[in-house]
Amino acid sequence: MSSNLIGDDLIGDDLILAVDRLTMRFGGIVAVNALSFTAERRKITALIGPNGAGKTTVFNCITGFYRPTGGTIRLRRDGANEIALERLNDFRIAKQAKVARTFQNIRLFPGMTALENLMVAQHNMLMRASGLTLLGLIGAPSWRAAEKRAIDLSTFWLNRIGLFDRADDAAGNLPYGDQRRLEIARAMCTEPALLCLDEPAAGLNARESAALSELLLSIRAEQGTSILLIEHDMSVVMEISDHVVVMDYGVKIAEGSPQEVRDDPKVIAAYLGADEKEAIAVMESGT
Amino acid sequence: MTGVSGPASEHRPAAGAPGFSFILRKAFISAFVALVLFSLMIGIRTEAGPTGQLIYWTRFGELASMVGAVFVGSIAIELIRRWLGPAGTANIIPPLVQGRLSGAGRLIAPALLIFTFLVPVIFYNQRYILDLAILVLTYVMLGWGLNVVVGLAGLLDLGYVAFYAVGAYSYALFATTFGLSFWVCLPIAGILASLWGVMLGFPVLRLRGDYLAIVTLAFGEIIRLVIINWQSLTGGPNGISGIPRPTLFGIPLTAGDDGLAALLGIEFSPTHRIVFLFYVILALALLTNWVTIRLRRLPIGRAWEALREDEVACRALGINTTTTKLSAFATGAMFGGFAGAFFATRQGFISPESFTFQESALVLAIVVLGGMGSQLGVALAALAMIGGFELFRGLDQYRMLVFGMAMVLLMIWRPRGLIGHRAPTVYLKKAQAISSDLVKEGKG
Repeated sequence: MSSNLIGDDLIGDDLILAVDRLTMRFGGIVAVNALSFTAERRKITALIGPNGAGKTTVFNCITGFYRPTGGTIRLRRDGANEIALERLNDFRIAKQAKVARTFQNIRLFPGMTALENLMVAQHNMLMRASGLTLLGLIGAPSWRAAEKRAIDLSTFWLNRIGLFDRADDAAGNLPYGDQRRLEIARAMCTEPALLCLDEPAAGLNARESAALSELLLSIRAEQGTSILLIEHDMSVVMEISDHVVVMDYGVKIAEGSPQEVRDDPKVIAAYLGADEKEAIAVMESGT
Repeated sequence: MTGVSGPASEHRPAAGAPGFSFILRKAFISAFVALVLFSLMIGIRTEAGPTGQLIYWTRFGELASMVGAVFVGSIAIELIRRWLGPAGTANIIPPLVQGRLSGAGRLIAPALLIFTFLVPVIFYNQRYILDLAILVLTYVMLGWGLNVVVGLAGLLDLGYVAFYAVGAYSYALFATTFGLSFWVCLPIAGILASLWGVMLGFPVLRLRGDYLAIVTLAFGEIIRLVIINWQSLTGGPNGISGIPRPTLFGIPLTAGDDGLAALLGIEFSPTHRIVFLFYVILALALLTNWVTIRLRRLPIGRAWEALREDEVACRALGINTTTTKLSAFATGAMFGGFAGAFFATRQGFISPESFTFQESALVLAIVVLGGMGSQLGVALAALAMIGGFELFRGLDQYRMLVFGMAMVLLMIWRPRGLIGHRAPTVYLKKAQAISSDLVKEGKG
């Protein structure tokens, strides 16, 4: 990590992520306008808002798929210096800053087995262990040990998401809900400090949503991973979030605990203005 | 593919009057297209006369018979199609036979390997077959090399012959200029070719699909044009001749007193050299295969396949897609370079004519026909393409026609290549073949 990526520790020990005046423009369109929010360490932070509010754009900026037009994104891992994510790009955010993400439309490797998907996630560790392929090519014992550890970690996550029995099935053959969970497990196999989930409950039924909430809570409790999620399913958001940030038209309109946000008239107005069904979901989900 | 039989039978249209009018209409359209096409190709025959003037005469009889054949053939095909239901393996081959075939499939690779080892023993006196076998093995090796780039990493490379040329010219120049032996030059040729692979890789990193294919195609042509025009180094169109033959650890395979035959005390025969070359290319091809199989199980190989499946997801997992792509190009190019060095030493003479786009297309066809990513499939496809092409030699001018039709039929029957499924690189309980429907071809 070069030194210019390390900030002056502007963010406190209890924060993992601090987004400050983040702006993203596409030509004349301002998708995100001076958005500031923070995410606490070992907490679940939810980013909600009507369709087109700019949530996924924020995600793409945090995970390096877009380079922000302005503003800063600072990440501070446990016992490490701050990293300026807006200056890192592409794969380096996942590799160096340990930010993992999932996608709104699942992006597994469909032609590879569930186990292989999890092994690919451990690429950087395995590349080092295989001596950039050379040690692996001759089958060195250190490489074999590393490969075994990687398989063990994959097995651990397969058990955790209840897919151990389908480890050798192609990911593309798994049911939708299983694919969602496998994508989360794959992200967790990179051993991230911050896990970004883009609508993890989309397309899941009530039972699967409940299982997902349980999985996310256990990830927070056992792995101590901080989670940032975008979600439309308000029952999930209200149940598991510690902190909720509400966006509309690229700006933050409210933030606070799930309870506070639910009662905020601005939030209700935003949802009512955007989509009646969603507004009702927001209001009813807590009762 | 196997699941087609159930629902297909429900969708099969009932043969009735409206169906028949459809068949007729289709046959008329086909016949009309044939008439337009063949009216110039067959209907009128032109030739240059003795004084250079144009002589032509008409062959309307042949034209009519061709158009008639198309008309009848179109009806026949439609009827057969109706009778069989939608095309698919399940309909053509009964499941029982398929089960047996897949059982036999496991034995194909070892049987083929043993047979290949025994080829020089069985066909010792048939020079033609030995030469053909060497040619087939060269293409097997090229196919396996290109398979890394196209089959595993999913990067469509139409200029693979460039690396073959770099390898051949590296060996030819190092051997004729510095007198280095084949075994010293072989790694040099591989390294130089992989350097060119990286050089090609850099500018095309951002390109995908068709654009990548066009740039790689141009790259192949650039190398060939440079070879033609850099006369002082490469000899231009005249090529390089007098390239040294390979030696067995310094022992030449010649009739002289220091030759292998004299040392072993056996009678000299030119076949010794052919047999030796056969085993050299077999060893090189098997090395390519072994390394590729090994690489697939290493993180780099898995990253190649992941790249083919979904590049965006790779980036989200912290995989450096740049180095991953470059390593695929470099590895594929290295094997191409090895094969090129072998080609130079076997021929003893190389010229730019051996490295045309035709070669790239042929190797790519082998990879696609074999089933992208499948090692056995590529070997079978090379055998079918090179060996089959020789098999049809007796048909002279119709060779290409028969060959083209065979390819079309094969692609209808097996659109994802001879061996379309993918074998997992790691498993917990049981390695299950992954259906080709799920495996992506790659967009990059």
